[in-house]
Amino acid sequence: MSLERHWKKIQQQVVETQVWKSIFRVGIPNTNRKRVLAMLGNVVLHLHPVKTRKSGVKMRYTWCAGGMTFFLFLTLTFTGLLLMFYYRPTIEYAYGDMLDLREQVPFGIMREMHRWGAHAMVISVWIHMFRVFMTGSYKPPREFNWNVGVVLLVLTLLLSFTGYLLPWDQLAIWAITVGSNMARATPLAGNEGPFSAQIAVNGVNLVTAGSDARFGLLGGRIVGANALLRFYVLHCVFIPLIAAFLMAVHFWRVRKDGGISGPL
Amino acid sequence: MTETGSTEVSVAGVAAGAPTRRSFLSWLAVGWLAFAAGIGAFVTTTARFLFPNVLFEPPSSFKAGYPADYQVGEVDERWKEKYQIWVVRNTEMIYALITVCTHLGCIPNWLASQNKFKCPCHGSGYYRSGINFEGPTPRPLERAAISISPEDGQIFIEKARKFLYEKGQWTDPAAFIKTT
Repeated sequence: MSLERHWKKIQQQVVETQVWKSIFRVGIPNTNRKRVLAMLGNVVLHLHPVKTRKSGVKMRYTWCAGGMTFFLFLTLTFTGLLLMFYYRPTIEYAYGDMLDLREQVPFGIMREMHRWGAHAMVISVWIHMFRVFMTGSYKPPREFNWNVGVVLLVLTLLLSFTGYLLPWDQLAIWAITVGSNMARATPLAGNEGPFSAQIAVNGVNLVTAGSDARFGLLGGRIVGANALLRFYVLHCVFIPLIAAFLMAVHFWRVRKDGGISGPL
Repeated sequence: MTETGSTEVSVAGVAAGAPTRRSFLSWLAVGWLAFAAGIGAFVTTTARFLFPNVLFEPPSSFKAGYPADYQVGEVDERWKEKYQIWVVRNTEMIYALITVCTHLGCIPNWLASQNKFKCPCHGSGYYRSGINFEGPTPRPLERAAISISPEDGQIFIEKARKFLYEKGQWTDPAAFIKTT
């Protein structure tokens, strides 16, 4: 068995190289201490707890709805990045680019994955929230994380809302027209909202259709070129960044508050 | 036979009704295969997605009007913007120069007063024939295939077929239209 000896020798030599040692720093994790060190010394692995309670891997208890949501977020980020290669957020091109992404792209499913994934993510967020509620996992010490989750729910819905405009078809334009009309009724900041008439200097009203919350959201009085570009930037950069940050907080809090949901 | 199977299982100390080692392993294999197939399909889709089926570029061949549309002794710039082609007519022939500097790919300007093409990037200069005479460029401009379309007598230019002076290809009959 000289072949086996050679193989062992090569293995030995590879393991002793500086490159190998710079990547795998603690050697074979054959003790609890080494396992912990291996987890804590790796940026990817340390995101997951070193130890998980048994109820945490019980599908019947968690439904893995939070994990599903995170998986869908990753899928949407990746497919969204790919869509950005072809989609141009201008009124000349947006609708045509969307049609081309549907009909001229090989397999044609990149846009569909993004679209259906987005629907699925909204649903899975609700399922996750329902499960957390029904298992009482919002109770102290997890009440802070429940609130982070509520903000993440709002961000998910805002991602859905801003993404809705991007196909730039009739459905999109009128849906955003109707949706953004609600911003007119914002207290103080909407020109049709309560108390906004009181914000005036020498009888000149400061909150008008050209300066209220809706105007700020759309970058204009109508759903036009500015609104499309604004929603595109919000959808692709602004909201995902905030959501990713809050997700990091959310996952970290899960661990700090006694691990994944289960009896404390 | 099933009786024997269940006895074996209980001998191994596994609870009745639990999956056997064999069925567990085969399901595990099925699961991993399905996972690998899914990842493979996704990677394929992604890679293919990056190669568009529709291009928003001008076609590489086009009809450039009739020979009579071009003045003798002039460098015509009407197709420069759209197709990156100069159509040049002298007393003997019409030829099509590709407006890409052979140094590093900028677009030179035609300076009629100095009777030369001058590249603004690094100063390469070419005669109206396309032959280089100054600056860092190593070789002349390239010419595109040019012919009279048999359908309607218009000039037909194909940018994809290039003719290089240094390879002696400018004398190829497809590289010019004889006008005398």
